[in-house]
Amino acid sequence: MYTQALNTAETDDRGLEDAARAAQFQARIDAEERIEPNDWMPAAYRKTLTRQISQHAHSEIVGMLPEGNWITRAPTLRRKAALLAKVQDECGHGLYLYAAAETLGSSREELVDAMLAGKAKYSSIFNYPTLTWADIGTIGWLVDGAAIMNQIPLCRCSYGPYARAMIRVCKEESFHQRQGYEIMVMLCRGSEEQKAMAQDALNRWWWPVLMMFGPPDATSQHSDTSTRWKIKRFSNDELRQKFVDATVPQAQYLGLTIPDPGMTQDADGHWRYSEIDWTEFKQVLAGNGPCNRDRMAARRKAHEEGAWVREAAAAYAAKRARRRTAQAAE
Amino acid sequence: MATPNTPLWEVFIRSRNGLAHKHVGSLHANDATMALQAARDIYTRRGEGLSIWVVPSSAITASDPAEKGMMFEPAESKIYRHPTFYEVPEEVGHM
Repeated sequence: MYTQALNTAETDDRGLEDAARAAQFQARIDAEERIEPNDWMPAAYRKTLTRQISQHAHSEIVGMLPEGNWITRAPTLRRKAALLAKVQDECGHGLYLYAAAETLGSSREELVDAMLAGKAKYSSIFNYPTLTWADIGTIGWLVDGAAIMNQIPLCRCSYGPYARAMIRVCKEESFHQRQGYEIMVMLCRGSEEQKAMAQDALNRWWWPVLMMFGPPDATSQHSDTSTRWKIKRFSNDELRQKFVDATVPQAQYLGLTIPDPGMTQDADGHWRYSEIDWTEFKQVLAGNGPCNRDRMAARRKAHEEGAWVREAAAAYAAKRARRRTAQAAE
Repeated sequence: MATPNTPLWEVFIRSRNGLAHKHVGSLHANDATMALQAARDIYTRRGEGLSIWVVPSSAITASDPAEKGMMFEPAESKIYRHPTFYEVPEEVGHM
């Protein structure tokens, strides 16, 4: 009885203390202070950020697969070198983001294992196939363009390590978008077949790209607290609209048609798009997109086939450490 | 499963002659040689540096953020340490 009573009291104290600390924490956020790894933070803030940053990291790594598919078939050496550099950047982005996620207390190994076990998600967009070279142009132009739209506000996110990682990522993404758009310009200035290839890629990617911004504001589960904590600065629909407004003139320049016959420009100059098919989004998230199984299989294979390298590096480091200790003892 | 977690390293880069090494991020590697190579690949893909330091994260001793008030208060209350505290007659000009 006594012990139990004591325990209850302790829990209550902690609750009170946490409430005071949570208020202090929110005051720091409201004052635009950055939260750093060793600062006190509510457990839910830590959990939300670990989920978001690690999903972001997984997306960068899985995002290497659809583009890696075209490295050996790039049409010129210049394009091949650029695509290689871009895919290498995506890997780097994944690594910056894993490092930021780890500062919240999960190990890299745990985060990667959660992804390989299918417990952690990655961006739905990478579950679509890259069928032609024009898909590589479209990914750079639209997928990276949408990512930039999402990521620029994250440079001011309340969590310091995430914000700093995003600043580096955004600098590099702008090369990605420009190399993609250049591919599209070349195709659209080329033969009828090349232009048709560009149009076909736009037709297939347009709607999945709009879905990248997440569910509409009315149904998004994470938005409210994320906004209060200044993890999120703009709503999904606001960012989506910004992206559409920026992209329509770029498509017009290319002479391509956005596959949305219902699209109209309103009096304020905003391009209003038609209803998005959210059942497709849910299906892809649930694992039933065109490439979900391929992507997971490729990641697992790479992880398993790399196991001997990790083991060898660890064994070599251990051997050297033992030798140093032995020499020091002599 | 038996492999232990790969150690964490902090990466510092000196971007130009005359500037100090600056912390740019962290990475995992089994030893110092691999950490340097990985730092080159991850943090200097666009000519960001002339020199890299890698330091085991476990070797860093950090101040406690909960005690930052006490830690830095002595600097807060000594405004006479700043040049702007002092008045120089206008006739003297820039000093």
